[in-house]
Amino acid sequence: MSVIFILVGFSLLVALFFLGSFIWAIKDGQYEDDYTPSIRMLFDDEPHETPPSPKEDYKNKSSINNSNN
Amino acid sequence: MAETNTHPAQTSPGNVEHFEYDNDIVRKFIIASMVFGIVGMLVGLTAALQLAFPVLNADLAWMTFGRIRPLHTNAVIFAFVGNGIFAGVYYSMPRLLKTPMWSKAFSNINFWGWQAIIAAAAITLPLGLTTSKEYAELEWPIDIAIALIWVVFGVNMIMTIVKRRERHMYVAIWFYLATFITVALLHIVNSMEMPVSMMKSYSVYAGVQDALVQWWYGHNAVAFFLTTPYLGLMYYFVPKAARRPVYSYRLSIVHFWALIFLYIWAGPHHLLYTALPDWAQTLGTAFSVMLIFPSWGGMINGLLTLRGAWDRVRTEPVLKFFVIAITAYGMSTFEGPMLSIKSLNAIAHYTDWIPAHVHVGALGWNGFLTFGMFYWLVPKMWNTKLWSDKLANIHFWIGTLGLLFWTIPMYWAGWVQASMWKQFTDEGMLAYPNFLQTVTVLAPLYKLRALGGLLFFTGVLLAAWNLWKTGVQGTLTKYEAASAPALPETYTKHSSDHWHRWIERKPVQFMIWTFVAVAIGGAIEMLPTFLIKSNVPTIASVQPYTPLEIEGRDLYIREGCVGCHSQMIRPFRSEVVRYDPNGMEYSKAGEFVYDHPFLWGSKRTGPDLHRLGGKYSDDWHYTHMYDPETTSPNSIMPRYPWIIQDDLDTGDLEAKISALRTVGVPYPEGYETQALADLQKQAAGISKSLKSKGIDCPQEREIIALIAYLQRLGTDIHKK
Repeated sequence: MSVIFILVGFSLLVALFFLGSFIWAIKDGQYEDDYTPSIRMLFDDEPHETPPSPKEDYKNKSSINNSNN
Repeated sequence: MAETNTHPAQTSPGNVEHFEYDNDIVRKFIIASMVFGIVGMLVGLTAALQLAFPVLNADLAWMTFGRIRPLHTNAVIFAFVGNGIFAGVYYSMPRLLKTPMWSKAFSNINFWGWQAIIAAAAITLPLGLTTSKEYAELEWPIDIAIALIWVVFGVNMIMTIVKRRERHMYVAIWFYLATFITVALLHIVNSMEMPVSMMKSYSVYAGVQDALVQWWYGHNAVAFFLTTPYLGLMYYFVPKAARRPVYSYRLSIVHFWALIFLYIWAGPHHLLYTALPDWAQTLGTAFSVMLIFPSWGGMINGLLTLRGAWDRVRTEPVLKFFVIAITAYGMSTFEGPMLSIKSLNAIAHYTDWIPAHVHVGALGWNGFLTFGMFYWLVPKMWNTKLWSDKLANIHFWIGTLGLLFWTIPMYWAGWVQASMWKQFTDEGMLAYPNFLQTVTVLAPLYKLRALGGLLFFTGVLLAAWNLWKTGVQGTLTKYEAASAPALPETYTKHSSDHWHRWIERKPVQFMIWTFVAVAIGGAIEMLPTFLIKSNVPTIASVQPYTPLEIEGRDLYIREGCVGCHSQMIRPFRSEVVRYDPNGMEYSKAGEFVYDHPFLWGSKRTGPDLHRLGGKYSDDWHYTHMYDPETTSPNSIMPRYPWIIQDDLDTGDLEAKISALRTVGVPYPEGYETQALADLQKQAAGISKSLKSKGIDCPQEREIIALIAYLQRLGTDIHKK
């Protein structure tokens, strides 16, 4: 049954990887950033009526975020 | 163009590129999905009616329940839902990525290849050409075709991502990618089989190992064919139809990762209390229970997307369908973790509860999401309004009623049957020792279920009519013009970027990570069982099947007996007393080491057969197979007159022996030459035993081989 230790080891490794990524993500401020894609997709198939959203411009957006920070 | 001016040019040099979305391929997939939906559900309705009225098996080999059940499951999963996935992906992906699908040729190979596979399934399954592994019944040449066409789909998708004009990969794309990668892996691993002839093969895995691989596949087929792609579709079509953004984009990302990492581990919950090693069972349970979090994350995210739009749910058929679909998803993903808990699983497993659970997901989640998606897509693509909102509303209500009439009687049936199986009298005897008592009591419930199926099926016909009329009244934009600025070549990383953006920008990296996640999960679960001998204790008295028994076993596989009969006695008093009253042995892992494939089954419409050997006489089996009602009044089993009348084809016997030896069954070298003689000798014995009971049956008949196999079942463990 020594295999159970390998199992737990791998599980923990995976779980820790995600926990770490998640904490880092919150600290990195993905809150502010992860809204625009959900808006942008609403206009993705109306190219003639709606101009390409300015929100897809990352550089521009990033600088706004920076000024907020 | 005017748009160019409104678009800030900081990152883009302003090169607006013009291109076309291919709506024609979407149209093809929609039509295929609806056509095969109707066919698949009609077959399902027939199967449901056969359980209520066995006469509908019609004494026709290709019409019997055992053969059309896999036809139904394959048709609705891979033809109806499969084409629905392709339709949704081929519509949403180019728009999300602002580029046409990478290759029109690949799109068309994907379409026609998939339909050819479906046609092959529709021909081979009724003919009894099956591997018998659930949702993986198709034989090896078709398996190879599936792998190839699936890769065509994947390459087309990945190259589209590479060529995209939108840097960010919307969450739906992730779900599509995870679907492709995981299904490819699952399909390949589970379809490892040793060919005997063009249309016959044996699984390379045996017994417990085969069971674990099969349910690792089976469970994840549900996860990555019926769930993740549909979550992707939900994240595209629900916000579109509701005309508002998804409730929480971040939740969608978190629940995506959680889902793919947890789902892959949950497979063993299909094998609780079986001969699978205990630790693997516990692992499956633990991960299944955890799965409720990402699953409900998706459900909540979907339903809350409708916040502020609930008034429109009253009037818009599309939203109605979506609400029921997401609710059904929530219910079945609550039920799933609950059913993975051993004490509840002990009751539900092998009963009609499981089909009920499956159909909440299949009819509700997959069915209603598909219909909602098509009701939204067809008017949009054909530049018109839905032909009749009223008809769609009728479809909605009749479909919802059908769902309820299908599932509630089957939940009821599950409880009734499980209770009767486990009931003991005060004297300590089984209260219902005759299994048939626990079947005939379900007859009214089976009729109600068939009514539910009929209602749902009627709704689908209405949908097909409505969508057809919508298409006729509108004009399809075959190729929809679009434009977007080219993606800048370089990308400068910024300190405030998403943590996960590096992965979104690089589909290849993303793929590798998903693959690693999935491979780790799979390997941890499977490798130990392969590598560690102690998991599969060998029982000295367990011997390989004789040539005649192999042929009999292949008949058992051909007729789909495994669809209604398990071969796995769980370690419960109620089961041991019922199925092995003399020997009192439950099923042990070591008894299945020569079973290529395993035939544990997943449903007991009839009794378990693992200790059938020696229980009845040869002539009982002969009479029973000819007409079950003569030995078991009111039995709902089909008649098998052709097995009595047809001669056994032993043409592949030598190839079968070699193939089985290759996958590890210890037949001596050169046994092929002796196999036929051994077969004839054993057959003569059974023919003689039948003759002594006044049954004149030549030894060449198929029934002789089947009797040989059935009389061998589960007897080795009692040999001294």
